[in-house]
Amino acid sequence: MKNILILGAGTSGTMMANHLRPKLKKDQWNITIVDQYRTHYYQPGFLFLPFDIYTEDQVKKVGKKFIPKGVNYIQKKIEKIIPTENKVELEDETLSYDILIIATGSKIAPEEVEGMKGKNWHKNVFDFYTYEGSLALRNKLREWEGGKLVVHLTEMPIKCPVAPLEFAFLADSYFTKKGMRDKVDLTYVTPLSGAFTKAKSSESLGYLLKEKNIKLETDFAIESVDNDGNKIIDYGGREIEYDLLVTIPTNMGDEVIERSGMGDDLNFIPTHHNTLQSLEHENVFIIGDATNIPASKAGSVAHFEAETLTDNILLYIDGKPLKEEFDGHANCFIETGHNKALLIDFNYKQEPVEGTFPFPVVGPLKLLKESVFNHWGKLAFRWIYWNMLLKGIAIPFISRNMSTKGKKIN
Amino acid sequence: MEAVLAGIKVMVTDDGYLTDFSQWNEDIAREIAKNEGIEMTDRHWEVIKWIQEQVKAGNPLSVRGIKKSGVLDIKEFYALFPGGPLKLSTKIAGVPKPKSCI
Ligand SMILES: Cc1cc2nc3c(=O)[nH]c(=O)nc-3n(C[C@H](O)[C@H](O)[C@H](O)COP(=O)(O)OP(=O)(O)OC[C@H]3O[C@@H](n4cnc5c(N)ncnc54)[C@H](O)[C@@H]3O)c2cc1C
Repeated sequence: MKNILILGAGTSGTMMANHLRPKLKKDQWNITIVDQYRTHYYQPGFLFLPFDIYTEDQVKKVGKKFIPKGVNYIQKKIEKIIPTENKVELEDETLSYDILIIATGSKIAPEEVEGMKGKNWHKNVFDFYTYEGSLALRNKLREWEGGKLVVHLTEMPIKCPVAPLEFAFLADSYFTKKGMRDKVDLTYVTPLSGAFTKAKSSESLGYLLKEKNIKLETDFAIESVDNDGNKIIDYGGREIEYDLLVTIPTNMGDEVIERSGMGDDLNFIPTHHNTLQSLEHENVFIIGDATNIPASKAGSVAHFEAETLTDNILLYIDGKPLKEEFDGHANCFIETGHNKALLIDFNYKQEPVEGTFPFPVVGPLKLLKESVFNHWGKLAFRWIYWNMLLKGIAIPFISRNMSTKGKKIN
Repeated sequence: MEAVLAGIKVMVTDDGYLTDFSQWNEDIAREIAKNEGIEMTDRHWEVIKWIQEQVKAGNPLSVRGIKKSGVLDIKEFYALFPGGPLKLSTKIAGVPKPKSCI
């Protein structure tokens, strides 16, 4: 018997288990998946939880329910990967593998910035990238009476790069509905040169911040959070005051990657951009947020990666050359508030442009333009996630590689 | 679009970043710097080289990442490229400015 070992039962690991089990003979291949937690979270829901759009129950389920029969599920912490010996150490046992799939994702590291995880953490300094943060923020917003709300992004790369902007848009919508928008001074702070950094997006979406009366602070490289003065300070000495800070801390790969000496500065693993094979060990593959590839860290990206990676693992088993197929395809809905959303569809080479999706002319979804239909698409994504995406079911009409059909490319 | 820098025709984005690194040379870098009010010194060149190496290796650039570079600390980075050090240094280095997906 041979062993495939999958590390992490989040979006990517769960998808890989579902893809691979039916394709590999049970008397030849064992498949084992390891995760430390019992709960599988629908992370995109963490954007909606603070605004009472989703409830707790809608964003979490028991992870094991999504692991297919015939896959061995171990709920333990992974201590160390030893790729030179084809071994992985868990808290109290060591597993051997023939093929390793690393899907340990990324998470916030607020301790990277001085004072961020200080005495006011989850009091008036919040993240919404964790279940705990998102829930604490919801409770705060329910009773908050207004003041300076600063939505802040520490540094790139982060998972779901548009989420902070979506948060600002939804906050505008939320306070408007509550009849207290005039009591909230809303500022978006980014280390980049703008809220939009790509040419076509800036052109098409530049109006959004002004329309929603959201102030913009660019090129802000945070050095510290001052918990007494309630302000964030950047390396150039610039200060921004807040009453309520909602920040996206530095995102990093799990510490297990650092302990195993397999990652870069941010614990992301060097990965072939098109095959998803490790650049250092040929029987190791990486998928989802754990890679260092220059694609967005998003569930939709992991979904497209999973299709290519499944084919490549079968090719690898047969001793055939891998497909250099993955193109960085991402397909993301962006909430703009007031029941509207945008849709972007892009890859390594093609920046988001206007057009219709998935079909030319008829759409029905519009690219890089606000529409109510796109908003329904975003809400439908939760159902698709639990019922199709995790199970590895292909989403109709959306191919793993980006299509140029319907896109206005000049 | 097309621009002329140090007497050479090059392709740049709307905000003046080279789109093709093979067109970059030190004279062009000096001119971009001058237009941003920066006089290049040995320290500037060291930073530019480091940035080019990072981009070539596919490593994401961030101001905080500079701390780990061993080349310089962040205060000096700000002093060399006042205002938006990452935005300015990438422009001079002829590499794309750090971007998000939109
Ligand atoms: C606020 C927010 C909004 C988002 N919105 C969207 C969206 O609209 N659309 C979209 O496509 N994507 C969105 N995403 C991104 C999406 O959730 C992630 O990209 C996706 O979940 C990545 O999947 P993954 O399997 O790589 O990592 P994860 O799903 O994070 O899974 C990693 C798993 O590995 C486990 N693990 C890690 N280290 C260890 C260890 N040492 N021992 C044991 N287990 C370990 C973890 O417990 C976890 O279960 C959003 C994310 C956030 C935070």
